[in-house]
Amino acid sequence: MFDALQYEFMRNAIACGLLTSIICGIMGTLVVVNRIVFLSGGIAHAAYGGIGLAFFFRWPYLIGTLGFSFLSAMIMAAVSMKAKHRSDTIIGVIWAIGMAFGTILIDLTPGYNADLMSYLFGSILTVPRFDLYIMLGIAILISVIVTFFYNDLLAISYDEEFARIRGIPVVPIYFMMIGMLALTIVMVIQAVGLLLVIALLTIPPFILEKYAKSLVQMMVGSSLLGMIFTLIGLGLSYRFNLTSGACIIMVAGGFFFVFLLFEQVFIYLQQNRS
Amino acid sequence: MINDNILEINDVFFGYNRQVVLENINLTIREFDFVAMIGPNGGGKTTLLKLILGLLKPHKGTIRVFGSPAQKASHFIGYVPQNIHINVNFPITALDVVCMGKLGPEKKNSRNMDRDDALTILEKLSMSAYANRKMGELSGGQRQRVFIARALISNPKLLLLDEPTASIDSKGQSEFYDLLKQLNQELTIIVVSHDLLVISSHVKSVACLNRRLFYHAQSEITSCMFDSMYPNSECCPVEMVAHGLPHRVLQNHHKIENE
Repeated sequence: MFDALQYEFMRNAIACGLLTSIICGIMGTLVVVNRIVFLSGGIAHAAYGGIGLAFFFRWPYLIGTLGFSFLSAMIMAAVSMKAKHRSDTIIGVIWAIGMAFGTILIDLTPGYNADLMSYLFGSILTVPRFDLYIMLGIAILISVIVTFFYNDLLAISYDEEFARIRGIPVVPIYFMMIGMLALTIVMVIQAVGLLLVIALLTIPPFILEKYAKSLVQMMVGSSLLGMIFTLIGLGLSYRFNLTSGACIIMVAGGFFFVFLLFEQVFIYLQQNRS
Repeated sequence: MINDNILEINDVFFGYNRQVVLENINLTIREFDFVAMIGPNGGGKTTLLKLILGLLKPHKGTIRVFGSPAQKASHFIGYVPQNIHINVNFPITALDVVCMGKLGPEKKNSRNMDRDDALTILEKLSMSAYANRKMGELSGGQRQRVFIARALISNPKLLLLDEPTASIDSKGQSEFYDLLKQLNQELTIIVVSHDLLVISSHVKSVACLNRRLFYHAQSEITSCMFDSMYPNSECCPVEMVAHGLPHRVLQNHHKIENE
């Protein structure tokens, strides 16, 4: 199995998987504790509209997608700030419009068209070296911002009203968080597809949430768990010649359900003992 | 000029959409007062708290906290929220929740200093054994003490508590009011409740709120309180207060019956 490492594409794929795990571990923790999984899904799917734009106008991928996703993310952030209980509908609408818009633009683009699948599951095996450097830069940027604003992010995530009373600039911090999320999602979609982004954003932090004693623990733990999923998934995909993105998701999803099962069994045993 | 008015509310009106919630509210609270703010559900208690905390802006009138506008003074107020069950699964320890009370717009203390302060406060509330427990593992009463510690760590002069007894049993409640009495020696307290039981013997004055506010400098229950709380009820007020822990002298019965 380790002979896979002699191929550069495999080494790049592993590096990409590890960077993705770190970025998703940090931002995913914030997503899970803030209960904005649906909003993240909205950003990820609406990003497809940006992909369509980039294709149609022959813009570079990052400019089209990042611009479009950022815009839709800010709209969703504003909606979820203003009307907490009505936001899911509007996010769902933006989600659908983004995908439809992207599909139509790609239909209208003459010549060879990329298929939807490669954006759903990504193409981690063909990640160019340059993208790895961009991902590394984003990972460092996000780590620095989250470290610097750690206490503010913690306060608005745990008790937004109290954060306001303490005079923390809740609205700018919230928008900054959603902005980082949009950046994360766009970066990571390119490499691993929008389904894997959502899986890696949510599954490791969800498992860690009950056991971590602080946000930092949850972020570090989620990153490590994400790395384990990615490495096992890549190994399986190499060994059995299967789509790598899908393999990583299956590993993460499988682990998720096994974990839930064990947890239930454990609770059952504890209750019966006493 | 030395102004020992902690809170001054003048002619305040507020409403959501077109529905008026608060009408012509006037209230002055002096230092070391212990006010129970009572009123029925929907009477505007939480709204008034949010106005005092600067989370909402009055449509008319002014609110001054320690002499400055409410929006600028909120971080001088210690606030204990009504819902102490928020985010129960959140990965946070009691100690970290208390440290959160140190956050502010400008001052950044070292983390260690904050932790020491937090431990001292938790000690004072006999909660230091639970400092490193996760919030989700604590009982309702313990969690509430953590939130009180979070409110106290910034050394506020005014402590606001929203429905503090909703989630603790009656034994816990009497301990809780003893704690508040002790705290009242150093700071001013406003307790909000929809329950008349809150008027314990430690309370120094009562404000009745049901769209309008009536302030009573003593803590006896008067007919006005019943009128504002239960406008159409015909039940005997004694029933409503007799099972409260501290016993209060009630106003003569016939006054209420006459109305």
